[in-house]
Amino acid sequence: MLTEALTSSEYIKHHLQNLTFGHLPDGSWGLAHTAEQAKEMGFWAINVDTLGMSIFLGLIFLFLFRSVAKKATNGVPTGVQNFVEWVVEFIDTSVRGSFSGKNDIVAPLALTIFVWILLMNLMDLLPVDWVPRLAHQLGLPFFRVVSSTDPNATFGIALSVFFLVLYYSVKMKGVGGFVGELTLHPFGKYGLPANLFLEGVNLIAKPVSLALRLFGNMYAGEMIFILIALMFGGGIGLAAFGGVLQWGWAVFHILIVLLQAFIFMTLTIVYLDMAHQTSH
Amino acid sequence: MNINATLIGQSITFFVFVWFCMKYVWPPIMHALNERKKQIADGLAAGERGKHELELASKHAAANLQDAKQKAAEIIAQAEKRAVQLIEEAKNAAKIEGDRLIASAQASVAQETVRAREALRSQVAELAVAGAEKILRREIDAKAHADLLNAIQDEL
Repeated sequence: MLTEALTSSEYIKHHLQNLTFGHLPDGSWGLAHTAEQAKEMGFWAINVDTLGMSIFLGLIFLFLFRSVAKKATNGVPTGVQNFVEWVVEFIDTSVRGSFSGKNDIVAPLALTIFVWILLMNLMDLLPVDWVPRLAHQLGLPFFRVVSSTDPNATFGIALSVFFLVLYYSVKMKGVGGFVGELTLHPFGKYGLPANLFLEGVNLIAKPVSLALRLFGNMYAGEMIFILIALMFGGGIGLAAFGGVLQWGWAVFHILIVLLQAFIFMTLTIVYLDMAHQTSH
Repeated sequence: MNINATLIGQSITFFVFVWFCMKYVWPPIMHALNERKKQIADGLAAGERGKHELELASKHAAANLQDAKQKAAEIIAQAEKRAVQLIEEAKNAAKIEGDRLIASAQASVAQETVRAREALRSQVAELAVAGAEKILRREIDAKAHADLLNAIQDEL
């Protein structure tokens, strides 16, 4: 527990509050120190922890892969190169399996999505109090380590993917082709409103389901870690039980962490593949 | 848990990362992977080729060996034949030479015999004359009986 005075509900709320930077009520720019302050900042505020962690992890990913890419040889691979090549090969196979068109952006996109989201998700395995406590020592009121439990992050990625889907739909099929796909299917031109409604829902569901699936899974996982962490304050017996539970949940969570990153990547590939298919 | 500008920040970050990945990470790694794939394929092909070549070479070597053996056998047979021939020739030459020697020895023996007989004949005649002379010196003149003596000498 962060401080002894915190109740369980305050503890949970504290853990679910982002470190938000924005326009404070008194007119200055700064970090919100309460959830209410953060809420009042409105849209033009930034979750520093979400963005900071995701950029940090993204840089780790790029640095690691770039360092391998720079000295990648066709000789016998060793150590990190082995691992990186294994990941790249895995992504390449996935893309070849699901993506029938020809577009050089899809494979790097899938690689970035997979590794980046995986790294963000993996932060969930850190004990929930470590980083917030460290942040507290540094004077930061809140700090959420797992970027993918922030809907801003998941929607940010999902909407970017959605943008790419729209872009390539229009690019490959032309504006007419894309509009036609939305309006003339499946009931022909006389069922235009119904077509538009169905295809519209279909289209909108893509980014929403992408973002919410990842967010929901990671948020729930995080929540359970927080609830387990509550047990550490309830005497030695409960704390020991909590330790076992935390271990068990962490092991299970590794599966979810990997699976969610993989699903996000695979669905991205599939959506882009659909965007590239000229004949419906 | 509020939706705010983080959304935009995250999107921008995402695109930057994807761009970087597409530009500087993916191509070199894929290049290396493809290169290695090609190298391995080449290596396997070369191995296959080497194996094939080895097979050919061993076949070739076996054929050569067979050939050499045959030739050696031929040479040996020829040599034996030649040796037999040489021995035959030597035998013949030796026989001819021996015959020749024998013939010449016989000839010289015959010659010697004739010569010895001649010598003996003249000596016997001389002896007979000497003996007769001794006898006759007392009784007859050698000159008176010369005709007789010559006739005897001719008879001998």
